[in-house]
Amino acid sequence: MAIFNYSSREISCKIVYYGPGLCGKTTNLQYIYNKTSPNARGKMISLATETERTLFFDFLPLSLGEIRGFKTRFHLYTVPGQVFYGAIRKLVLKGVDGIVFVADSQIMRTEANLESMDNLRENLLDHGYSLERVPYVVQYNKRDLPAVAPVSELRAALNPAGVPEFEGIATQGLGVFETLKSVAKLVLLDLRRGGRR
Amino acid sequence: MVNPEMVMFEEELLQIQAICERLVRDANAAAVFIVDKNGQLIAEAGETENLDTTSLATLTAGNMAATGGIAKLLKENDFATQFHEGQRRHMHIQVVGQRVILVVVFDERSSLGLVRLRVRRASQEIDSVFEVMLSKVAEAPMASPFAEITDEDIDNLFND
Repeated sequence: MAIFNYSSREISCKIVYYGPGLCGKTTNLQYIYNKTSPNARGKMISLATETERTLFFDFLPLSLGEIRGFKTRFHLYTVPGQVFYGAIRKLVLKGVDGIVFVADSQIMRTEANLESMDNLRENLLDHGYSLERVPYVVQYNKRDLPAVAPVSELRAALNPAGVPEFEGIATQGLGVFETLKSVAKLVLLDLRRGGRR
Repeated sequence: MVNPEMVMFEEELLQIQAICERLVRDANAAAVFIVDKNGQLIAEAGETENLDTTSLATLTAGNMAATGGIAKLLKENDFATQFHEGQRRHMHIQVVGQRVILVVVFDERSSLGLVRLRVRRASQEIDSVFEVMLSKVAEAPMASPFAEITDEDIDNLFND
């Protein structure tokens, strides 16, 4: 749920990075944080366990500049990917304006990707949204690892709707900003249409 | 769409800001915030210069969402009030009208009793301001201020 603030002339939107455990959601945010000028970003918050697994969420506020006199702010969140954190994932999705589904390209993670995608659909439905109506993009991450599935296979499994998709190596930043720009654009276009009413 | 965009108008925002500022004075508080349940900061008053207000808003909303989840497990609708006690600073959190979260940060200059008392009145006032604002939007739905933007406008955002 974007907030239009006519008083301070700001618009704030919420983008959530979703995907199975260890697929690279936090790594995407860390790369964005490291490569963004300090004027354009706030503090990155990671609520993680002692072993650096996300427990609740990561949060990174970004300020992209102005459109028609409105400052555009994007709040990026990740969800905890591990299966048993389902209740928390659902909480983070509340009020979402755009979604990045980060898939782990390794063949051995195929099932985990599918399970996470199903879980995303279910959680959105519980909030009264449907994936078909929320702006979203897909990132096939970890393309540098051995034993990755071909993109065509990942596409067939995870992106039958043909939303924008990107190959990524988040640890090196490959595809990270392309993914972010793409989802941010979709969110703004969605707002132009007057949102998902 | 279940949650249309929230629209904040200047008139109501000024009223909410005034309520926050009065609450700071009446409760001898260090700072007062109003946060939307999704984690966006709506208003702030008091000693906020050295606080990371954006993070504070997000974490407060996350905290409320998590305790709300626990409440449901216990067959409660919500835990509408929370109090966190620190060594020097404390925090009182109140859900207002199921819509927004009122946060009061205070220290030894005040007490929990005083804060609770003042929060009660402020909550009612804040709730009625939001009622008015929502009915305004419902009566006269506004075109999105972004309805006129072009692809070029959007591309320009990413050219830096």
